[in-house]
Amino acid sequence: MHNKSVAELSRDLESGKVSSVELAQQFLDRIKQQDDQFNSFISVTEDQALADAKAADEQRAAGNATPWTGIPFAHKDIFCTSGVRTTCGSRMLENFVPPYNATVTENFRKAGAVCLGKTNMDEFAMGSSNESSHFGPVTNPWGLSNGEKRVPGGSSGGSAAAVAARLVPAATATDTGGSIRQPAALCGITGLKPTYGRVSRYGMIAFASSLDQGGTMARTAEDNALMLNVMAGFDPKDSTSVDRAVPDYTATLNEPLKGLRIGLPKEYFSDQLSPAMEEQVRAAVKEYEKLGATVKEVSLPNAKLAIAAYYVIAPAEASANLSRFDGVRYGYRCEDPKDLMDLYTRTRAEGFGTEVKRRILVGTYALSAGYFDAYYLKAQKVRRLIQQDFINAFKEVDVLMSPTTPSPAFAQGEKTSDPVTMYLEDIFTIAVNLAGVPAMSVPAGFVDGLPVGLQIIANYFDEARLLNAAHQFQQVTDWHQREPQ
Amino acid sequence: MQWDIVIGLEIHVQLATQTKIFSGSSTAYGAEPNTQANAVDLAMPGTLPVPNEQAFRYAIMFGLAVNAEIERRSVFERKNYFYPDLPKGYQTTQLERPIVGPGHVDIDLANGQTKRVRIHHAHLEEDAGKSLHEDFHGMTGVDLNRAGTPLIEVVTEPDMSNAEEAVAFAKKLHSLVTSLGICDGDMSQGSMRFDVNISLKPKGSDTLGTRTETKNLNSFRFMEQAIAHEVERQMDILEDGGVIVQETRLYNGDRDESRSMRTKEEANDYRYFPCPDLLPVEIDDAFIEHARSRLPELPDARKARFKEQYSLNDYDAGLLSGDAKLSAFFEEAVSHGKDAKLTANWIQGEFSARLNAEEKTVAESPITGAQLGDLIVRIADNTVSSSGAKKVFETLWNGESDNVDAIIDAQGLKQVSDTGELEKMVDEVLAGMPDQVAQYQGEDDPKKRKKMLGGFMGPLMKASKGQGNPKLFNEILVKKLGG
Amino acid sequence: MTISREDIEKVAVLARIRVDDEQVSALENDLGNILDLVDQLSAADTDAVEPLAHPLDAVQRLRPDEVTETNQREAFQAIAPATENGLYLVPRVIE
Repeated sequence: MHNKSVAELSRDLESGKVSSVELAQQFLDRIKQQDDQFNSFISVTEDQALADAKAADEQRAAGNATPWTGIPFAHKDIFCTSGVRTTCGSRMLENFVPPYNATVTENFRKAGAVCLGKTNMDEFAMGSSNESSHFGPVTNPWGLSNGEKRVPGGSSGGSAAAVAARLVPAATATDTGGSIRQPAALCGITGLKPTYGRVSRYGMIAFASSLDQGGTMARTAEDNALMLNVMAGFDPKDSTSVDRAVPDYTATLNEPLKGLRIGLPKEYFSDQLSPAMEEQVRAAVKEYEKLGATVKEVSLPNAKLAIAAYYVIAPAEASANLSRFDGVRYGYRCEDPKDLMDLYTRTRAEGFGTEVKRRILVGTYALSAGYFDAYYLKAQKVRRLIQQDFINAFKEVDVLMSPTTPSPAFAQGEKTSDPVTMYLEDIFTIAVNLAGVPAMSVPAGFVDGLPVGLQIIANYFDEARLLNAAHQFQQVTDWHQREPQ
Repeated sequence: MQWDIVIGLEIHVQLATQTKIFSGSSTAYGAEPNTQANAVDLAMPGTLPVPNEQAFRYAIMFGLAVNAEIERRSVFERKNYFYPDLPKGYQTTQLERPIVGPGHVDIDLANGQTKRVRIHHAHLEEDAGKSLHEDFHGMTGVDLNRAGTPLIEVVTEPDMSNAEEAVAFAKKLHSLVTSLGICDGDMSQGSMRFDVNISLKPKGSDTLGTRTETKNLNSFRFMEQAIAHEVERQMDILEDGGVIVQETRLYNGDRDESRSMRTKEEANDYRYFPCPDLLPVEIDDAFIEHARSRLPELPDARKARFKEQYSLNDYDAGLLSGDAKLSAFFEEAVSHGKDAKLTANWIQGEFSARLNAEEKTVAESPITGAQLGDLIVRIADNTVSSSGAKKVFETLWNGESDNVDAIIDAQGLKQVSDTGELEKMVDEVLAGMPDQVAQYQGEDDPKKRKKMLGGFMGPLMKASKGQGNPKLFNEILVKKLGG
Repeated sequence: MTISREDIEKVAVLARIRVDDEQVSALENDLGNILDLVDQLSAADTDAVEPLAHPLDAVQRLRPDEVTETNQREAFQAIAPATENGLYLVPRVIE
């Protein structure tokens, strides 16, 4: 049962082969038995889940089932869940129980899905290894059999590990600079970051508002399409949400790929990429050629500036977004503050972890008098150049393909001493967020027994084409079906 | 040394919207603390702002009223600083691209001249909450009901050169925003708050001196006092050879003192940047035209009309046209009472005096324009004397009755205007005062005679139990006493 | 690009984060490295380029002025660190 996809489970529920309550109980048992080794969940909400599953069974009996009715899944602990602790991986919100739902949370509730718990993540989504969580690091299910403790990637590392370990068939995630695609690649699952504005950010705790986007994680492209059907859509509570019709993303999964024009950005096949990784990615592109796609080299000449621009813009936005955590209205508050300044500075020094503080300070510096033009304004200009690169590329091709990461999952602790080394992990994913285009990571092979991700990037609002391309690839490959031992 | 005073104003005007600028919470004044502070207002994690259309409409109406350019594309920015009444740790405001561009307002001065004050710009922003410093075991209490209330901040050029001009401008602005209906104008509730920038320069010099900013003045009187106080303070420093420090000052109106608000920290660095949760606001012609179509009559036009329509003099027309609610009250009264001059006198006299004494606004007046109009009718047709009218006014004000004629009847305030009856009373009174009659008739000086006439009025009013028409008594007396 | 201890201390005050001397030393190194990375931006020719604040070329939607929120003080203050008589409490603020 745990190896089945959302689509398959949906059919089993529909046919009465299994009930929602049974399904929820089976996955909850698996989490209880196995998650000690991964630490992929911050909270498991067993009672709520069983109650929701019971309600889902009743809905189905009443003839009101959707494809999601009774399907177990998990939320990244960045989405606010009314009455359920929402920590964002931080001590600051260790005991924060919001009295409201994120729009994404609400959408899954309305669809009848059964949330089993909240998944671990880098603190405030800042990280690429899930080692900055206040609730401890997450361990990648891959490599464990060799006694290796490898990172699952980040920041959505808990969601990725839980899906890879078959603790849930699907999980929500968010992506600001690669936080869906990089962990999906490192854990051997399929993840999609939609176009900026496609999924509501309301109730999704902000890291960098102009870059953050909620998205999907599952093992198959089809399940990602099912998730996006629930998540995508206009939300009047989010000013940056786009009022644009949402197609049925499952409807076009089976379109043939004949004539699909693929571009390979030469900057993403550089010497930062190991030969073994490159081999896997090129092999995947070959599969697409077999499916009738054409391939050409393209250029994203400003892509090399993406990391630099990102590490100004994201920390700058974060420095303001995280000012609300001040110990006054909710969240952590230091003991016995002697005055207001003490309340602020100690609450924030004790409530935030090292990486979060580092980024707040960088962002504050970049916005401060005398540096604004050289850093923030300059980064925004470079951002436009990067966006223009993508616009130009999509005049020539339908999708871009590249490796998702420069290397497979690395060992825990390997990159924690130097933040810049960690930042370079997102070298192939960050430009996509700056431009706001949608992108996926699809399992595409193994190097040294560790999964390799193929990144597919499409034009604005062309998620259907991404999912179609990923699904067709998964019809002729089985990388996404491999299970970690 | 002679000095020129240079004054510029920044005025925070709370907009009279139903809801906050970025959330659907009510902005009604006076609610229990934090009952109108919801997820967005409290800056709960993950919550996002969505701007209020009406706030933009009001800001544009203001812009049109001050002859300003309306910016077609305005941008919200974040102004970063920490304070307990600022839940997000930043204020969402406009800096580079404000909604209202340069404009101007003309003010009337006491010397009869008109002066033009230029508006630099006006921008939309959110208000902060309130800190309450009463004793909570040595803590401060924070009420966030006001947090997120829409404001426009109006920034003038430094065009005013004394307190009179600054106050005249402030009153004109008050009159404008209340007439537009975009602000309730209630300064005691903080609906309008003034910051005054003041600097001095040697008379005739082209170089501006260092300025100070005196913040949060919430009455015209305090503003006038604060300007006088600050001008004197700066003058003392400069004449002693000192230098003015650029700083923000807080004025205490009750003690006529001011002090610097500088804290031990470095000057604030607000780190403005465009708010990434909000997109640029584009205003099209249709939106502007819709706002224009909603512009009511403005004070200048109303003043001209009052002079024309009601034959009021410049002074009366100016006083009655400034405040929209007062204007409406006046017009309602006139529509019942007919006599505009008498109505104007009563509004500026008894009515204003009572409002001031009880610190009430026109809107809070217990009597309506129609009631005052009814009273004016009875004064004009001699049904009541002016002292009787004051009693009627008193009764209306206290809410004991709401009908003028009923009050006159119930309290026996109707004047006796029957000439025969009055003549009888005069005859009786004169018969009882032969010495005074003789004295009067022996006097040649008309002024003294007029004064002596008053000596008969007391006994006459007493004889008529206060109900005799004094005007008629006077006429009869003169006739009977032989001129 | 190097960042001085004084800069770090100043920025930490602006951001209201207490840092001790040891942390300042670590930050000097880490922030210096991050700013070195960021300094690649200076190589880009952006003379004629407009800044891009937002990936989508969209304009703001405005909301009708209608009250949609009700009093939820109890729920919100149940998760507050310190309240009294409906007010949030902080150490005394001196203006």
